[in-house]
Amino acid sequence: MNVLDTMGTALQALAANKLRSSLTMLGIVIGVGAVIALMAVGQGAQQDITHRIRGLGTNLLFIRPAPVETGGGFEGEALTLVDTDAEAIDDPGRFPYVDGVTAQTIIFTAAYSYRGKAVHAPSVGVNPNYEYVREFYVEKGNFITEADVDRKGLVAVFGSRTAEDLFGDKDPVGEVVRLSVGAGRFSISFTFRVIGVMEPKGATSTGDEDQLVLLPLPTMQARIPFLRNPKGLSNIAQITVRLRDRKYMEQAKDDIKQLMLDRHGQEDFFIRSQEDLISTVTDVSQTLTILLGSIAGISLVVGGIGIMNIMLVSVTERTREIGIRKAVGARRRDIMMQFLIEAVTVTLVGGAVGIILGMAAAQAANGRTIGDRELSTLVTPLSVILAFGVSAGVGLFFGIYPAFSASRLNPIEALRHE
Amino acid sequence: MAMIRLRGVSKVYQIGSMAVHALRPLDLEVERSDFVAIMGPSGSGKSTLMNILGCLDKPTSGLYELDGLPVSSFGEDRLAEVRNRRIGFVFQSFNLLPRLPALQQVELPLIYRGIPRRRELAARALMELGLGDRIHHRPTELSGGQQQRVAIARALVSNPSLILADEPTGALDTATSHEIMEVLSRLNQERGMTILLVTHETEIAAYAHRTIRLRDGAIAGDERNGSRRPVRLGTSP
Repeated sequence: MNVLDTMGTALQALAANKLRSSLTMLGIVIGVGAVIALMAVGQGAQQDITHRIRGLGTNLLFIRPAPVETGGGFEGEALTLVDTDAEAIDDPGRFPYVDGVTAQTIIFTAAYSYRGKAVHAPSVGVNPNYEYVREFYVEKGNFITEADVDRKGLVAVFGSRTAEDLFGDKDPVGEVVRLSVGAGRFSISFTFRVIGVMEPKGATSTGDEDQLVLLPLPTMQARIPFLRNPKGLSNIAQITVRLRDRKYMEQAKDDIKQLMLDRHGQEDFFIRSQEDLISTVTDVSQTLTILLGSIAGISLVVGGIGIMNIMLVSVTERTREIGIRKAVGARRRDIMMQFLIEAVTVTLVGGAVGIILGMAAAQAANGRTIGDRELSTLVTPLSVILAFGVSAGVGLFFGIYPAFSASRLNPIEALRHE
Repeated sequence: MAMIRLRGVSKVYQIGSMAVHALRPLDLEVERSDFVAIMGPSGSGKSTLMNILGCLDKPTSGLYELDGLPVSSFGEDRLAEVRNRRIGFVFQSFNLLPRLPALQQVELPLIYRGIPRRRELAARALMELGLGDRIHHRPTELSGGQQQRVAIARALVSNPSLILADEPTGALDTATSHEIMEVLSRLNQERGMTILLVTHETEIAAYAHRTIRLRDGAIAGDERNGSRRPVRLGTSP
């Protein structure tokens, strides 16, 4: 008996019991639909984050201070990186593959006020080559120049969103803004002039790059005393190294690590590439995806048990049919295949409907905001194939016992069965 | 050579600690193209004998040869193949599959045999039994006699050498019973099919050429019928 005939027989049996077949299918539909939809949420998040990181450029290396225990279970960052570290890396003789190096410092919350209106955004102290290294350019006005750096000029370039928040439609270039950091005894405040606005870039892994204010690095270091480390040296939050090509990534990591070890005498820093960030984040979001998928998978198992139950009932009900089939020459494997294909057909059709519903649900959820986060979903071909494969597997797994017991029936007893 | 040859065939059922001898060791031969009625009271071992002859059951001891094949030593799958190719069953309760139209009922043995043109063969078998206009009817849309004729079509479609009819008229009225027996007689005479028939009724057994009587699992009588039908030459025991 060939597979087509067996499938025909199985489909007939399913069609004969439409209500029962579709109720059984429903368990699989819900299970597969949930797997597809929840995995789409996980994978959407992953894609979103990966995109953000890639948005920074993939040939960048980041050097940051190592995390240290600051007591009370809190982690802080060692105040170890200094300007001269960046200068040492920017040595074309020693590191020919380095395309540019920029050091930066950051105050995460600062207030900017202009004509009675105030907004909050991080202040980032940067050098003129920030633009080139980060591939992030000024759109309106000018960027910070060497002259601004040399004279610790009170000038700033606004991120596009911060500019819009503070100035609305008005052109910010040339306006004077007051910056305030800290509170009470530790508060610092000074005014500066806006010289430019950055191009809009969108959110990246290091935060929303449209929501910041860039000032000359020495200005920040001079004006904000807690940006100096205990040795009195100007502290740097991050050194960004741009490489000529991604292929130098591993070599650059090793070389720069050696240089830093020589300079610091200890590993009080860490070096991360874009790819490191991506793989870390991908690991996390993959775990999330698997977790979501597994939770949904439970309902698939429940659906599978439903199928097993119905198939057992069906085998009992059709004992006489099995006897007749055996009498006219069906072998054990013919009977086995018939019931197995019935079970797999239920799960495959259920799986297909579930995939469609899951994709529809993912599509409907895409772009909706939950809390303050925009939900992005992504149905990958892999998850579709996986869902389809798993539903076939569920059919096989839960169908095999009923099919086996059907195939083992004694034909005489089966024929006598009422 | 005999088509059916039983040598010392017995069947013992173990019920709890008690051994029930459904068939005592018996010898039996049936020639090709014979028409044999098996009679006997209930519990005489008729059904057990039919199940063994039909390769649905295996004897506890003894040898069974069908068409020269030592079927008593066959495994389950080979027995299924023997049933499929060499034996056609006709049951008292028709044993048609519910819901399936006549054509597909008759196709069933051919499906398991995996042969092409089976639709055509099935339709021809139904036409031969005068059901040419009923091929798309389901069992519930057919009379008892028509259902039994569908079952006979199913039994003969794979052109078996042996037809086993287990009380084929048991569920039919007298007129229809005779109609069905005429069909079986015709198959025996025109196509030379060997037919074994189990029945309670002498009137029905009279269609056969030979009557075997069973009692308590043993053969109590075996005679040629001096019936209205001529005994075929060369088949006398």
